Amino acid sequence: MSRWVVRGIRTGIKTTGYPSGPEHAPGVTPGLPVGGEFGAEAAGLAGRCPTHALAHANGKISVDYRRCVHCYRCVRGVERSLAWRAGWEWAGLTGEPQVRGQLGRPFQRSLHILVVDAGDCGACLNEVKQLNNPYYNMHRLGFFITPTPRHADVLLVVGPVTDHMRTALKKIHDAMPTPKRVVAVGACALSGGVFAESFVCGKGASEVLPVDVEVPGNPPPPLAILHGLLVAVGRTPPVPLVSTPSEPYPER
Amino acid sequence: MNCGELKNLIEGGWPERARCRFDAARRVNEVTCERATLVDLCRRLFHEWDFSFAGLIVEEGADDWRLRYVFYGERDAGWVQVIVGAPLAENVFPSIVVEARIYAADWHEREAEDLFGVRFEGHPRLGDFVLHDDAWQEGVAPMRRGFDAEAAMRDRRPEADWRPRRVVHEPGAFVMPIGPKFSGVTESVHFLLETVGEDVIRSATRLFYKWRAVEKLAEGKTAEEVLLLAERFAATTAFAHGLAFCQALEAIAGADVPARARALRVFLAELERLRQHAGAVQEICESTALVVATSQAGILEEELLRASGKLTGHRYLFGLLAPGGLLCDLATGACREALGEAKAVLSRMLELESQLRISSSFLDRIEEVGVIFPRTARAYSLVGPVARASGLARDLRRAQPYSGYESFEFDVPLEEEGDGYARLRVLFAEARQSVRIMEQAVAALTEGETRAPINLRAGAALGAVEAPRGAAFHWVGLDDGGRVSRYRIVTPSFANWHSFHLAAEKFAFQDFPIILSTFDLSVAENDR
Repeated sequence: MSRWVVRGIRTGIKTTGYPSGPEHAPGVTPGLPVGGEFGAEAAGLAGRCPTHALAHANGKISVDYRRCVHCYRCVRGVERSLAWRAGWEWAGLTGEPQVRGQLGRPFQRSLHILVVDAGDCGACLNEVKQLNNPYYNMHRLGFFITPTPRHADVLLVVGPVTDHMRTALKKIHDAMPTPKRVVAVGACALSGGVFAESFVCGKGASEVLPVDVEVPGNPPPPLAILHGLLVAVGRTPPVPLVSTPSEPYPER
Repeated sequence: MNCGELKNLIEGGWPERARCRFDAARRVNEVTCERATLVDLCRRLFHEWDFSFAGLIVEEGADDWRLRYVFYGERDAGWVQVIVGAPLAENVFPSIVVEARIYAADWHEREAEDLFGVRFEGHPRLGDFVLHDDAWQEGVAPMRRGFDAEAAMRDRRPEADWRPRRVVHEPGAFVMPIGPKFSGVTESVHFLLETVGEDVIRSATRLFYKWRAVEKLAEGKTAEEVLLLAERFAATTAFAHGLAFCQALEAIAGADVPARARALRVFLAELERLRQHAGAVQEICESTALVVATSQAGILEEELLRASGKLTGHRYLFGLLAPGGLLCDLATGACREALGEAKAVLSRMLELESQLRISSSFLDRIEEVGVIFPRTARAYSLVGPVARASGLARDLRRAQPYSGYESFEFDVPLEEEGDGYARLRVLFAEARQSVRIMEQAVAALTEGETRAPINLRAGAALGAVEAPRGAAFHWVGLDDGGRVSRYRIVTPSFANWHSFHLAAEKFAFQDFPIILSTFDLSVAENDR
């Protein structure tokens, strides 16, 4: 057994500096497209988006990040492409923030999260799982995964909410004590993604639950999910979920 | 067995009742037979001529049914597709499960009955499979042509007092229900474990909580749109499924993929396999509560995700494939760099393996648990590392090579024990082979195009790849306008979930999560 202890110590510290420090490692995020001025080409570019994440008006393209599924069709195989930005601080508040708002001080360093798969493809879930590995180690922030709704402060839902999971999801939410918040993670949970709308899938979690925080991405990288949780407890300000060319995306 | 000789063998064996058409280019024997001949023919293919059962594809024509039973053998034997037709009104077919003893077809027939309303005579148990009886009434057939996929189905008359079927009737016997939401970060699936105390006497898996009806959604969409679905229905193995779909389209169009794109595809497919296997190893370590090893494997998985993200922009390799090649080229230098990172990860993965091999507390948990015997693996046509740990070495990269795999040197690892430890050893051995293939793929990168023009026309074809979890088959039918008219995905998890209950039975409750992790099953891949 001592071999494992030695091995663990020899590995050293791998954990990211985020949120208190920077993170520069390549490949930690798939990035998102940025809108802008495209003149006559705007309509054609926006038309390439299969999930209608891009909208255009007067030659300007705006991006609804809740719908983007990283198909790269607005940047690959086109002559003039949208700009692409890295980063991961994507989570925004939604629903009725004036009513529920972010969870306050008592939760900021002790938050118990219940993860529910409501039809996820496996990628969002895998990224949530990465939060417990040494690179992200969310325990250092006081965030813990719990298997029971009775101990949960946050319901983290992934997937477009399939017909067969709707009842279970509602029951889980009802079984959680208040105050509670719902964090929807991934394009499918926010808009139904590529699966909406059909006889077995709706347009995301907000049709079933009162969603408070939305984390775009398909899948959102672990750092984006971490940002979503920090937003839920009020440790980080939220960002807008739709970018318009006149209001460029805030970079911290 | 040679695919060229099979025609004579079949037409001689069932004169006048089975017609065989041999497509030499694709190495497919297409056999059209009567319903009365089906069982006998399938039995001989499976039990005497050593074919594996790939899947059942139901197609609804304007006024007739076409049921296509797909079999594949070793390299020389090629593919056999047995086709049975019938008018739409006559929707009863013989079941090949019991009479022909092809248990691998069990779930295929159940699914076809649920989704198309086709009946299978002699099948021991139909109903309550994809469409849960506590949510849908009998008689709904969503895959039929007339069914509207886009509108929500409001008229529901579910079975209000649905209860799981119980088999154990010993005194004191009870059912332990687990799921659909259980444990920490897990996919949604329901288990019913029947017991009288310590050991699980019988287990049943209830799947399809995550059914998104991808095959129905694909109908009427363009190939580009369906590619998004193919990549995203089971995204931990997105590239393999996208590749199988693209290969089906390329087979329909008769398009040749440029050499550079073929090599890049192999490189990316093996990178995905390596990452998925690292993730599977992490799950196994986690299930045995070996904390340091879990962290070590987690570090390796994250590093491979980062290497994928750095090379392609996306951590799960989305948005790279296109029918006819790749959507964008990848720089050879960047591939070399990714190869270097993969090699570094592999060497630490093998260090982890050698340390796990001498950790007796770990071995005690996975040795001789969850045993699948070779005869079971064969009877259930299991695929992937699970099959290769039970003495069944059929690997599509070797048996029916695609994308240039025939020109690469690699071994197919094989173990005989069929227990959890054998499955773990296969994962490590395959990781080694993946890096070996990646090395050759980078060396094979020639300058040139990465995408050939493709002219989609009416037709249908099968795309098959060896995905990280095993053989995946994508059947695509296109109509005159180039839109998808039928899409059927047979996934490795669908094949392996079918046998999982056998591994879990006769073992104690505390072994259950360990057996589950050694199978590396994906619910999303099964549920589609």
